Amino acid sequence: MSKQKLLEINNLKQHFEISRGNVVKAVDGISFDVYKGETFGLVGESGCGKSTTGRTIIRLYNATDGNIIYDGVDVHDKKSKKDLKMFNQKMQMIFQDPYASLNPRMKVSDIIAEGIDIHGLASSKEERMDRVIELLETVGLNKEHANRYPHEFSGGQRQRIGIARALAVKPEFIIADEPISALDVSIQAQVINLLKKLQKEKKLTYLFIAHDLSMVKYISDRIGVMYQGKIVELAESDELYSNPIHPYTKSLLSAIPLPDPEHERTRKRIIYDPSQHQYNNSEEASLREVKPGHFVYCSENEYKRYKAENQ
Amino acid sequence: MKSEEILSKQLFEPATIDPSKGEEITKPTLSYWQDAWLRIRKNVGAIIGIILLVTLIFFALVGPYMTPYDSFEQDLSRAKLPPKIPVLENISWLHLDGTIQFTKDQPRIDVYEQKGIEEYFWFGTDGLGRDLWTRTWEGTRISLFIALVAALIDMVIGVAYGGISAYYGGRVDNVMQRIVEILYGIPFLVVVILFMLILNPGILSIILAMTVVGWLGMSRVVRGQILKLKNQEFVLASKTLGAKDSKIIIKHLLPNITGVIIVNTMFTIPGAIFGEAFLSFIGLGLPAPMASLGTLIEDGFKSLQIFPHMILFPAIVISVIMIAFNLVADGLRDALDPKMRD
Repeated sequence: MSKQKLLEINNLKQHFEISRGNVVKAVDGISFDVYKGETFGLVGESGCGKSTTGRTIIRLYNATDGNIIYDGVDVHDKKSKKDLKMFNQKMQMIFQDPYASLNPRMKVSDIIAEGIDIHGLASSKEERMDRVIELLETVGLNKEHANRYPHEFSGGQRQRIGIARALAVKPEFIIADEPISALDVSIQAQVINLLKKLQKEKKLTYLFIAHDLSMVKYISDRIGVMYQGKIVELAESDELYSNPIHPYTKSLLSAIPLPDPEHERTRKRIIYDPSQHQYNNSEEASLREVKPGHFVYCSENEYKRYKAENQ
Repeated sequence: MKSEEILSKQLFEPATIDPSKGEEITKPTLSYWQDAWLRIRKNVGAIIGIILLVTLIFFALVGPYMTPYDSFEQDLSRAKLPPKIPVLENISWLHLDGTIQFTKDQPRIDVYEQKGIEEYFWFGTDGLGRDLWTRTWEGTRISLFIALVAALIDMVIGVAYGGISAYYGGRVDNVMQRIVEILYGIPFLVVVILFMLILNPGILSIILAMTVVGWLGMSRVVRGQILKLKNQEFVLASKTLGAKDSKIIIKHLLPNITGVIIVNTMFTIPGAIFGEAFLSFIGLGLPAPMASLGTLIEDGFKSLQIFPHMILFPAIVISVIMIAFNLVADGLRDALDPKMRD
């Protein structure tokens, strides 16, 4: 592929010790790459480790094991403050809950300008304000909104303020952690289209975390399906939707409702039973390339079977 | 068919939709404090409390200078005078006319006439002939001062301790909370009495004794609040932007708990006033010539049955202070933390 790797994740593990001897393996050895300018979607059920993956990538958590390489540099062994600041500027995050992600006691202008202040991106008060107004207009708000407090805005407006805050530091890579799941459907499209527009204009790369499969398909170039801390299938989004291989992906896709009564009447839910794999100790399950660009988490035996099925 | 004729196409016109209108907010912008003020203004109890407090503080500051006497001036020739207030002396059932009745079947005696005293002692005098008006307001001033300083110290220590414990979490939190639990286990009175025995009695030692364990409540409240806030997404967003810990604490965490801190402090003040009065009452309070509400009540208590006026006025003042602070604190809680009610 001619595409340039922007983010490379190798065998990332994130374990939380709840109490002595009780470890939750939120993310358990995942690897994937994100290419420059693409949108990589990460889907899976609640609690499968999607958000934890995003937060570990942006260093909100310290990884238990594995490495995250951004633009050729390992993210987790950054040492100098200057490097850290550079990294914070390049990678930003959009959060899930628009009501919790804005400080209720700060004005919108101060919320958006927080990154500008931290990174010293404005030399004067006027420049700072100009930048805030510019960002507000980028996300479809206007300068009258700058002096208001978050509680005066609707969910969609707040989410756009959150996007403006992330954009303030001119990032290259944005982790969108379920940015639309707390919004109602009409607003979801508005926010998604805004994200798409920004991607085109500012050449952004997204890691898009969600559980709404149709939205993920709409925005993503490639999709990784997560299940219990592992990526079970990874492929281009059209390929994944038209030709799912892993039984969990099949089950997940069978759950998408369509606004078509004909189809709904015949739609059968496929229930995923993890015991069907019957992995032995001798055969190690891992992510294997069944088709070019289409990876499935499987054992050697399964790999042969999948390969035969997908010729 | 007919309706179609009436409602012809020409009557309709496509509405122009201005998408920017949808983003408009017409409500005037209100800051947190403006919003709180609007809410507290509607709370009758809180307004009464504020008026009472302002009046009391005014008298505590100005009252002692309204009479020609100072609070230490002793004169046994005018000892134990009942209260006599101009104008109010004419209302017979108030008995503020300088008369006293020792037993039910005796007639009222005008003590001022008996002793040949021309001046008016508004709250009467105590056993040493000191003017009780002056002493009551000076006592109020000292009691308020002690309570305010104690509450402030409690606040500072409590916020710092609880904040550090919650923000850094993990082992730090564990150790700090065990210390708090041990301190909670020691009976408050024992600590205070030991403190008062070791230190020389005075304003400073009373304040110290009350703050040794007084900050525990505040630290717990603040810890709970910070624990709740520190994993909120706006704090995480600040972290991903590269904010330092100090900035996160000052700009994100503290502003969001000011309401709780203020309310808690307002509830601590009446507690501290009562604590001081209690210590004075059991004889561990201020040394002799100084007056606080507690020492005045203790003095008056000795001759409660014969000269009830000696305990009456300081007791009224302390009750009003406690009620006023509680009313204001209650109103503030509703105004600053509207979510706390439900």
